[in-house]
Amino acid sequence: MSNHFPALIIVVPLLSAFLIAATGWIRRILCFPIAVFAMAVSLYCAVALLLKVVSNGQVIYHLGGWSPPWGIAYQIDYLNGIVLVVVAAVAFINLFATRSSVALEFPEKLGPFYALYVLFVTGLLGIVVTGDAFNLYVLLEIAALTGYALLGMGEGRAPLASLNYVFMGTIGASFYLLGIGYLYLATGSLNMADIAALLPEIYHSKVVLLAFIICMTGLFIKMAMFPLHLWLPDAYAYSPSASISLIAPLTTKVMVYVMIRIALTVFTPRFSFASLKVSTSFVWLAAIAIVMASILALSQRSVKKMLAYIIIAEVGYMVGGLWLGNRNGITGAILHIINDAAMTLCVFLAAGNLLFKLKQDSFDHLKGVFRKMPFSMAALVIGALSIIGVPPTCGFFSKWYLILGGVDAGQYGFVAALIFSSLVNVVLFFRIFEIGFFEPAQEHHSSGSTPVEEVPLEMLVPLMVVAALLVILGFYTGDIVNNLIRFALPAGIA
Amino acid sequence: MNKTIGFITVVLCGAMLLLGTADFPHWGDPQSPASRHVSPYYIEKSIPETSVPNIVTAVLADYRGYDTMFETTVIFTAGIACFFLLRIRRKEPIIRYYRHVPTGITLRIEKGAKLPEDSKVFDRIDTLYAPHDLINKTTARLIIPFILIFALYVIAHGHHSPGGGFQGGVILGAAIILFAISYDLRSANRKMSERAAALLSTTGVFIYAGTGALCLLLASNFLDYSALALILGVDPVTARSHGILIVEIGVGLTVMAVMVWIYYNLSSRGQHDEGL
Amino acid sequence: MDDILSILISKYNYWGYIILMMVGLYALIIKKNLVKKIIGMSIMQTAIIFFYVSIGVKKNATIPIITHGHNGAADIVRASDYINPLPHVLMLTAIVVAVATLGVALALAIKVYRHYGTLEEDEIHDFLKKQAE
Repeated sequence: MSNHFPALIIVVPLLSAFLIAATGWIRRILCFPIAVFAMAVSLYCAVALLLKVVSNGQVIYHLGGWSPPWGIAYQIDYLNGIVLVVVAAVAFINLFATRSSVALEFPEKLGPFYALYVLFVTGLLGIVVTGDAFNLYVLLEIAALTGYALLGMGEGRAPLASLNYVFMGTIGASFYLLGIGYLYLATGSLNMADIAALLPEIYHSKVVLLAFIICMTGLFIKMAMFPLHLWLPDAYAYSPSASISLIAPLTTKVMVYVMIRIALTVFTPRFSFASLKVSTSFVWLAAIAIVMASILALSQRSVKKMLAYIIIAEVGYMVGGLWLGNRNGITGAILHIINDAAMTLCVFLAAGNLLFKLKQDSFDHLKGVFRKMPFSMAALVIGALSIIGVPPTCGFFSKWYLILGGVDAGQYGFVAALIFSSLVNVVLFFRIFEIGFFEPAQEHHSSGSTPVEEVPLEMLVPLMVVAALLVILGFYTGDIVNNLIRFALPAGIA
Repeated sequence: MNKTIGFITVVLCGAMLLLGTADFPHWGDPQSPASRHVSPYYIEKSIPETSVPNIVTAVLADYRGYDTMFETTVIFTAGIACFFLLRIRRKEPIIRYYRHVPTGITLRIEKGAKLPEDSKVFDRIDTLYAPHDLINKTTARLIIPFILIFALYVIAHGHHSPGGGFQGGVILGAAIILFAISYDLRSANRKMSERAAALLSTTGVFIYAGTGALCLLLASNFLDYSALALILGVDPVTARSHGILIVEIGVGLTVMAVMVWIYYNLSSRGQHDEGL
Repeated sequence: MDDILSILISKYNYWGYIILMMVGLYALIIKKNLVKKIIGMSIMQTAIIFFYVSIGVKKNATIPIITHGHNGAADIVRASDYINPLPHVLMLTAIVVAVATLGVALALAIKVYRHYGTLEEDEIHDFLKKQAE
């Protein structure tokens, strides 16, 4: 069976999603255990695949028994393996953390909710593990459709925000499809490794250049890169808390992975960095994105919207890191995928806990919350320290690599933007800490001290695990970089 | 202001794409890279390897069958998403309206009393007036069986003529939607309830993924139909042809059920009362 | 100038999809009515489907169904007699994806209508501004 892990990592969640959809009509209690089983199997397969790549090198799997380019092939190397583990782990932890809010918000639609949840994760895992460009598009659409539905179920402005996300997401996916069409027109193949082998003869052709631009534009829309980020703040701010802690840490990071994959594997570094002068423009665009997103975050009055703008700034880090084009920069970008997924999960789970208890997340309602919910706020503090970039949390190390890469490449604008963003994050988060810690709580009890009203244990324990993970990832950064990320970079990068 | 920005963006984008057509291969060129590299293999080897003359079906369900499985999942996801977003269960109203079919008189019954659901003489309606379409109903009643047979033919004959699971499934769904439009949503609900549609859609896509998993359990790669030769007792090439037929049936089931389910949810805005 | 003129004459078949896609994109960006935006999205996706199918065209070739079927063991199948089947396969998938997105978009539009009573974006924005005051 272990030869078939590349297939099992997708097939088991897929079959479980169908099973959950059916049991939602028959016996609703079984939906959650089936989802847990599916995510556990995915996590196990992801870790096993990464270990296999470390010991044996690339893992290739031919679906349907046909070898590429006539069939679809899965190709798992270091870059793939790392992101697979990240996606599976986030999905697994999040399942436990959101169980109570799901039972609260969608009591009769448990079946469809967990089916959409598992399908979303299947879509993301499929995007990461595939080696075929068109297969990536189909899975992109699965992840997108489930995301639209999960985000559209909030109250108030959620359907409108999700509809805007539908429009922009469809433009992004259609541009990606058009880019793949141009590549097919020029090479006649859909397999990523095959295209990479056929492209060097036609680097000078306008078709290849246009394919690159169109693909990148589509991916920038999907990952909410400034100035194409307009869908993200509204869509994330008004969504139900049950879905946002799954979607926010994962969507943009997987799109950044796709961008890295296309820039480094399909269009090799020779094309992306040397023959093309766009790398400098992209780094400047990333610097502007970071600065603008941080400034926009300052003017927000609610926790979730502020966190949404912080996500946009983090996307700027990763895009800038890739297009710096040197070893430190790309290492920083890949390391930031891991770290940012963990940090975003931590802060969104903490915000979800706040919403669960307080029912509102604007700053005025956060008075004295440190005493009422000490554990959730402690996790938020650790998440905030990581986003700011304080050692020994993991956020510091990825920022360090990005700054080193910026200095190596001479892009001091990017370095300045990174430092500016850290300072703005300090202001953002210390505002919350000041309101939560120093201002007295709304109610005054007769004993003079506020009782501790934390969320139930099953929401608290995963949050504590993720917060601890932030520090552990920080300590193990050296191992991760030297044993895994170093081999994920292709040859030929300075 | 917004219109000018949008117009300029669109014109710039269009101009960039138009200039890019300079390096395109000529229209209909048999020596273009797309016609030389991968597709000749499909055209020449389709009958020897899968014994299916319709090359598009062979590529869709066998060579790139994995993509088609996810395509079926996309349709299934759309069905679940529409249900998840829209469905609300109203409490039964206190006042109900019925129409007496022979005379056309509308009855209004209060205090929650009701007439039997499938009575031939009384139709349940939701507003004070609903038109009675005798011509629509009779014509639809006569045509629908033939549409259903044609749809089954399209699914089954997908190996030899244009057709296949998706096309046949859509025609099947269209037949049931025609019934729902010409009669009303409640009678369609009696023939195919929402629960039946949901379970059918799950079954269809389960057949597809299940066939692939069966090949996996028979020690071959996922969706490698030649492994089915052990169960079906034929040579691997014919086993591929049979495997393609099985998955096409699964696809047809899912597409039909999801089309009907989406129609139920969209036309009645989630309330499953009267529909269009 | 000569270059542009030669492009104009020889590649005009490909222009149709570009113009159609830009029409769809314009409608998606500019229009204020949600249903018109959804229609624009559908037009844009259809244009991309046209582009892919146009890649597979071959002169003097017929549809990719081998008519002599199973009894033609001796008949040689030449690739230049049949058009490229691969873009058709890919576009079957793309059409299904477009329909699914259309379904979800319409469901969300119904939800918006249920909540605000209108499908025009400016009216919804005015309503939200009044609500914020």
